[in-house]
This record gives sequence, C-alpha cells and structure tokens, in this order.
Amino acid sequence: MRYGARSQALTGRQLAARAAVLGLVGGALWLALARMEYRWDWSVVWDYRAQFAAGLELTLLLSLGGMAIGMALGAVGCLLRVSQRDAVRFVALLYVELVRGTPLLVQLLIAYYCVAPRLGYDQPRIIGMAALGVFAGAYVAEILRAGLESIERGQTEAALALGLSRWQALRLVVGPQALRRVIPPLTGQFVSLVKDSSLLSIIAIAELTKRAELLQASSLRVFEAYLTLAALYLAITFPLSRLAARLERRFTPGD
Amino acid sequence: MTEAAPAAQGAGAGAGAAPPLVALRGVSKRFGEVVAVDRAHLEIRRGEKLVVIGPSGSGKSTLIRLINGLEVADEGEVELLGQRIHAHHEPPPSLRAECGMVFQHFHLFPHLRVLDNLTLAPRHVRRLPRAEAEARARELLARVGLAGKAAAWPAELSGGEKQRVAIARALAMQPQIMLFDEPTSALDPEMVGEVLEVMRELAQGGMTMVVVTHEMGFARAVADRVVFMDAGRIVCSGPPAAMFDRPPHPRLQAFLARILSAR
Ligand SMILES: Nc1ncnc2c1ncn2[C@@H]1O[C@H](COP(=O)(O)OP(=O)(O)O)[C@@H](O)[C@H]1O
Ligand SMILES: [Mg+2]
Repeated sequence: MRYGARSQALTGRQLAARAAVLGLVGGALWLALARMEYRWDWSVVWDYRAQFAAGLELTLLLSLGGMAIGMALGAVGCLLRVSQRDAVRFVALLYVELVRGTPLLVQLLIAYYCVAPRLGYDQPRIIGMAALGVFAGAYVAEILRAGLESIERGQTEAALALGLSRWQALRLVVGPQALRRVIPPLTGQFVSLVKDSSLLSIIAIAELTKRAELLQASSLRVFEAYLTLAALYLAITFPLSRLAARLERRFTPGD
Repeated sequence: MTEAAPAAQGAGAGAGAAPPLVALRGVSKRFGEVVAVDRAHLEIRRGEKLVVIGPSGSGKSTLIRLINGLEVADEGEVELLGQRIHAHHEPPPSLRAECGMVFQHFHLFPHLRVLDNLTLAPRHVRRLPRAEAEARARELLARVGLAGKAAAWPAELSGGEKQRVAIARALAMQPQIMLFDEPTSALDPEMVGEVLEVMRELAQGGMTMVVVTHEMGFARAVADRVVFMDAGRIVCSGPPAAMFDRPPHPRLQAFLARILSAR
C-alpha cells in the first residue's frame, strides 16, 4: 500500500489481496500443525476462562496504573528537561538515559530483588506497577519534550510579547498545541506498555502471561495456552494501534 | 561612529518634555561571532512614530526585540517606561505587556479562535473578566475591519486578515507602544494595503510606534523619524523627507538606490 493511503478507502482488489494473504498464512499454519498430528483440546482453555479474565484484568490495571505514573513522571521529566538550568536538565537526562539504556527485565529484577527488599516492601503488584511507571516515564518525557519542541518558537515569543509569563506561555499556548501532537505517540507508548507488562510474570505477578504459563504447566497444552495468550494481547493492542493510527492522521499538520 | 543624531534629536524635542518612553543606551547584542546590534543609542518619545530601515541582516529585528526583551542585551541598558533593564536581564512580564508586538509571520495562536486570540492575554495577564475582554475584543475586531471573523480559526484567514488580527491582539492589551517587525513582508502584494491602512489609523490615533519596514511610502507618510541601520549600527536618522531626498550618509544613499531599482 502506498504510504499515507487511507485504509477506509480500500478497493475491492485490495480487499481480495488481503483476504488471499490471510488465507495463505492461515493455510500454511494449518498444514504445519496438521503434519504434527497435534490433537487440539480447547476445553482446557474454556475451563480456565475465569483465570484468563482475572489475568487480563490485572494486565490492564497494571498497564493503566503504570501509564498514569509514567505520565506524571514524564511530565515532570519533560519540564526538567526544558529547564533553563543545566544541572536540572542533567537530572532529567540521567533518568531518561538510565531507563532507556537498560532492559525493562533488568529494571524489574533490580526493583524486585534489590530495591524492594531493602525497603522492607513485598507487594509485587505495587512494585511491578511502579517499575512500569518509571520505565514508561522516561519514554513519555521524551515524547512530551519532542512535542513541545515541535511548536515553533514564534508561538512562545508572541505569548511573551503579550505579557504572559513563561509558565503561562507553556500552559496556555505551547502546551495545548503540543498536546494534540503527542496523543498519537502516547497511545503507541501505552500499547508497548501493555505488551511489556508481560515481563511482570517473572516477579510472581499473576497477570495474563503468568496465567497462561500456569495453565500450560498444569495442562501441558502449550499451543492452546500460548495461542490464547497471544490472541488476548492482540485483542487489547490491535484496537489501540488502530486508534493511534487514526489519531496520527487526524493530527498530522496539513492533513 | 559618526552619529549622535538620535540622542540629540530626542533631547531637542522640547524643553521640559516628558522622559522618553524607550531609551537604548549603548546596547549591544551578539549571536556568537555576529554582532547583531552594536552599541545602539536610541530614544523614543511618547507618540513618536519611528521607522527603521536597512538591508537584510543589518540588525533591525534584533533592535526592536531588544526593546521588549525578546532579545537580552549583552551590553548597555534598556529603559522602558521609566524602568531600567540592565544587560543580561529580561524585563518583567508586566512591562512586556505595555509593549505590543506584531511579527512578520503573525504568530497567531492556531489552537484558539480569533476572539480567543484577542482575549487570552487580557484575561490571564490583566485579569479582565471574560465578558469584558470579549466586548473589548469585538470592538477591536470591528476597528480592523474583521467584525465577522470573531469565531473563525486563524487557519481560515488570509494573510492580510491574519496580520490585522495580530494587530488587534496586541492592541487588546492597551499597550503604550507598538513594535512592528516587517508586518507586510510576508503578505501577497494585494494585502499589503489593508494592513498599512490599519497601521496608519493607529498612528493617527496617537500611538507610539516603531516600525521595521521596506514600505518607503508608509515611512514617508507616517514616520516622524527614520532610522537607518547597517551592519548592526544605527548609521543615521532624521525626518523622512531629509533621509529620503537628501540622504545624509553614502551607505543610506546606496541602500535607497538599491531598493528603488528593485521596484
Ligand atoms: N537567534 C539568532 N541566532 C543567531 N544569529 C542571529 C539570530 N538572530 C539574528 N541573528 C543574526 O544577527 C544579524 C542581525 O539579524 P536581524 O536583527 O534579524 O537583522 P534584520 O532584521 O535587519 O534582517 C544577522 O546576521 C542574523 O543572522
Ligand atoms: Mg528582520
């Protein structure tokens, strides 16, 4: 498809081509599985539905909570990052670089095994949510900063020339314009966070991935457990990705 | 260098005259190696209309941006409405509010409708109630011939309309001086007239104005004094007739010859 072509304006030929691709991929999968003579047993998944639902709920809760913390930390980080003082900017830079330069898995291990025990804290869910928040905050800070910097300097100058303070210029003029531009990338960041939250399974949090692992361990139905897991993540991320893409088009300047 | 003319003229404006609204005293501004404004002296009296001319890159924009502190001086002192602002210092927002500014590229707030562009600063800086701010804004829009555009978005306006809204937005703060930085340079030729007309009326109303422009007809008709800049220096200044008909400096003569031949 051409870049920028609108998905809602698919032609009949494009639809047919897409159906063909799906058919080919599905057929190949089906053949591969048929050759293994795998005997499907979806009843274990159905029997386990309550646990999947609970896992899904926890995954959403932890992701939303993590994103909320991330937005707060990101907003602070972004403000520090655009400060007039070098030392203040450096604090934010340090945070962003440390977090973005290390894997989330490593951050979770440090949070759970190094930091939390020293604080005498053993609430894996809270630790996990906080760790997700710290992780997301670094990315959110950069998204917000890029948003602010995408607004031309003349806007700030016009606001200052009218007698607004720097804070008012940010709050009333630059911020609202930047906000529109950061909604799509923030939505994308949330999609990433939902997927990344699967790593919380390693610190004994019974979110979605952990539930699938437990089902697999007890039933030994690898395919059913993990394919269902993938489908459930897709059920959250796919609509959000579509939404992000729509917002992107909606807010792209000149569109 | 050669000229102490501006200061002399400011002082000679009449015995017992009020202190100048704006005074630049030995003000310099550098950008890295470039000296954008070099030890400028300038006094502007209340009600005076000053037009600043000069080649591109000569420091005209920097000069007027030094007045309201969008550029901060490296040397010298800026006096604005009796308040002294030393080098490396910004004027407080309350002082900037007394200085309206109109930019070459309008810089309307695209996320606000025309009316809200006009009321933003009066409401948040002057703390005017919304109804009062809006009533005043509508009056100003009528004055610049855009009464019907209150609910429009900036993106829906022509260049000339945008610039007239920008002028009204600045006037909404009831400033004591208006700064214009090439207000018609970004406009299609057919829209220049409507903007200059608004500025002419403003001048007739007694507003103190500093206008950077290449519109020599406007300068001749409206200016009390024309200031010629070149390479960061104020080279000479004087009444428009004297400046244009008997240019007192060879560089001004060369500049005028160039822009006249370009027409
Ligand atoms: N923000 C800036 N950063 C670097 N150089 C600048 C900046 N603003 C102006 N200058 C330089 O200062 C000089 C004067 O610029 P300016 O005041 O814009 O001139 P004019 O308005 O007469 O065209 C030019 O050489 C310009 O390149
Ligand atoms: Mg300029």
